[in-house]
Amino acid sequence: MCGTCGCGAGETRIDGQALEHEHGPHYHVHADGTAHDHDHTHEHDHSHEHDHPHPHSHATAGIGATASHAPGLSQARMVKIERDILDKNNAYARDNRAHFIGHGIFALNLVSSPGSGKTTLLVKTIIALNGRLPLAVIEGDQQTDNDAARIRATGAPAIQINTGRGCHLDAHMVGRAIGQLALPDDSLLLIENVGNLVCPAGFDLGEAHKVAILSVTEGEDKPLKYPDMFRAADVMLLNKCDLLPHLEFDADLAVENARRVNPDIRVIRTSASSGEGMDEWLAWITLGCLQTAASRQAKLAQLVAQD
Amino acid sequence: MHEMSLAEGVLQLLEDAALSQGFTGVKTIWLELGQMAGVEKEALRFCLEVVTRDSLAHEARLEIIELPGQGWCMQCAETVAMTELFGACPQCGSHQVQVTAGSEMRVKELEVY
Repeated sequence: MCGTCGCGAGETRIDGQALEHEHGPHYHVHADGTAHDHDHTHEHDHSHEHDHPHPHSHATAGIGATASHAPGLSQARMVKIERDILDKNNAYARDNRAHFIGHGIFALNLVSSPGSGKTTLLVKTIIALNGRLPLAVIEGDQQTDNDAARIRATGAPAIQINTGRGCHLDAHMVGRAIGQLALPDDSLLLIENVGNLVCPAGFDLGEAHKVAILSVTEGEDKPLKYPDMFRAADVMLLNKCDLLPHLEFDADLAVENARRVNPDIRVIRTSASSGEGMDEWLAWITLGCLQTAASRQAKLAQLVAQD
Repeated sequence: MHEMSLAEGVLQLLEDAALSQGFTGVKTIWLELGQMAGVEKEALRFCLEVVTRDSLAHEARLEIIELPGQGWCMQCAETVAMTELFGACPQCGSHQVQVTAGSEMRVKELEVY
């Protein structure tokens, strides 16, 4: 745990290596005893800030701002911040996205509950792609590198991020992982997020699309229970469809619920066991890769033409 | 949304601002929270207290400014009040409502020393 803020960042591991983390330019010591001075700063002052480093009154600022703000009574002053809490993550996500676009990398962020069959689906996807696309996988879990080991068994490069106490991957962790993966241009990056339908919705990783996986052994109302996630996703894979004959799960209702929170969501019914829907899923991935690569090449051609 | 992560995000904003604005302590934090931001106010208050312990904001008071939810109903073609994301339009019952306000979570301003 990070001694500065109490967060779990000191527990984050990328393939077993500790991930540094920042709170500004100070030294601090992680639980494992390593100290960091953070002068690698990925500072992102895209300042959309409205800073007023001078005392001023808040006639229009509303609630509370004037309450304890009589000049002369204290040395306190007001500072306008107006920044989203997720700014820092979003700045890292922008960097990742720029990297992906610049290198023609089609990045997918796979999100679901634990046990929806994400890893099995990924393994089958990689086998089915059969080397047609250069690809790599980033696996996110609180502990163990079991999932990365399952991916590596297919021959694909995989990197495991252990989030420690953290309940989601953030853009900084992913940025560090892509640095280590050294993906070739025009490749596919599959990011398997921590199994959690809540937090990963708010943390942009720089991906092209979030893909939500809902298995038919869960409830049809999951999209309604966890709407943020299904709204953030562009695609929903309704997985384990081979089990439908044995369950009382109403697949149409599940799709209807997903469309209620996200009218534009694309639904693909899949089964990693029977192979149902795999063709459609693979076709969607392949098209995404081709488009991403094509736009990189078009930009490159444009640059060459300009020279 | 995970309140602990958000609290850490707030602390990072404070530390960044302390550097760029040259202050050493925070007395009050005004936080804007949309009604539909999916943030549990009390959980956030608790987490912020935990993460700011021993920081420049260890004695900061948290003022939460709640912002009401609003959406654009495509059927009614007008702005309507919303209380939950993906809720129905209060006028026509349609679910085709685009959220326009109420999902904010931002640090608005600080009283610092």
